[in-house]
Amino acid sequence: MEILNLEGTEDTPKILLDKGNGIFEISGRSLPEDSTDFYQPVLDWIETYAEDPNPSTEFAFKLEYFNTASSKLILDVLMALEDIDGMKIIWYFDEDDEDMEEAGEEFSELVEVPFEFKTY
Amino acid sequence: MKYIYDLHQAMRQQNLILLYEGEFTQESIKSVLAMAERNMDSTAENQGTKRKVFNVMVECLQNIVKHADELISEGYADPSAIFMIGRTDSYFTINAGNPIKNSNIEYVKSKLEQINGLDKEGLKELYKSIIKSTTISEKGGAGLGFVDMARKSGNPLGFEFHKMNDEYSFFCLQSKIDRGI
Repeated sequence: MEILNLEGTEDTPKILLDKGNGIFEISGRSLPEDSTDFYQPVLDWIETYAEDPNPSTEFAFKLEYFNTASSKLILDVLMALEDIDGMKIIWYFDEDDEDMEEAGEEFSELVEVPFEFKTY
Repeated sequence: MKYIYDLHQAMRQQNLILLYEGEFTQESIKSVLAMAERNMDSTAENQGTKRKVFNVMVECLQNIVKHADELISEGYADPSAIFMIGRTDSYFTINAGNPIKNSNIEYVKSKLEQINGLDKEGLKELYKSIIKSTTISEKGGAGLGFVDMARKSGNPLGFEFHKMNDEYSFFCLQSKIDRGI
């Protein structure tokens, strides 16, 4: 399956989705002008991945900041991941960033998928 | 050219450290954000405060961009807005002003009053209920901006409407973030 690799910019996160190497990661800052547009390739990739996923998947969110329009799309991503067997979300946050920790907790309450919290 | 001095004095009196007036686009707000970040780095601001200020700034600025687009599509020729950051020893203020249709005032006011009437838990519940049901508008908004600003700042949102003419008013919004938390 094709790798989705987007370099991060000052207002969009770095995205690396690589089935072969088992790397699934969204990291950095997310405040694009058009969040729907930006996350569409990610949602499309996940849709294809869901047809034939690895036996287990650890999907990492290592976000430093995201705006509210991105938060809606992150929820859409999580909902797309929800139905994949063997899925686990790893939610990273800076150890003194309570807001990011809380954001992860809130997402975990909104979807039915296991979350693991890690600091970086 | 006395206005230069007057404006300078006014900024000093109001403790303003940054002011941007004019056209707001994603590109221009990125510059404003970068400038504000550099400013906070140079004063060695507490990380937590920095994050909160950045967060509130983004929501506030993107709100203005979306709103300006809407005004242009309605045929409003010059939706010029203003954005300011204030800083005192104990807090930051994020201030925005932009034209709004008089017919929208009641709606915006009721939303802000609802938000200001909620405590931390109430805001969290409101946020969760909106994010579950919302779809991204054509303007790119999730309808979560005010709620997020209130949550991240930890203070009620200040607001005023000043009448410009029969159709429009100037909407002023202020968010206050305590320093060093």
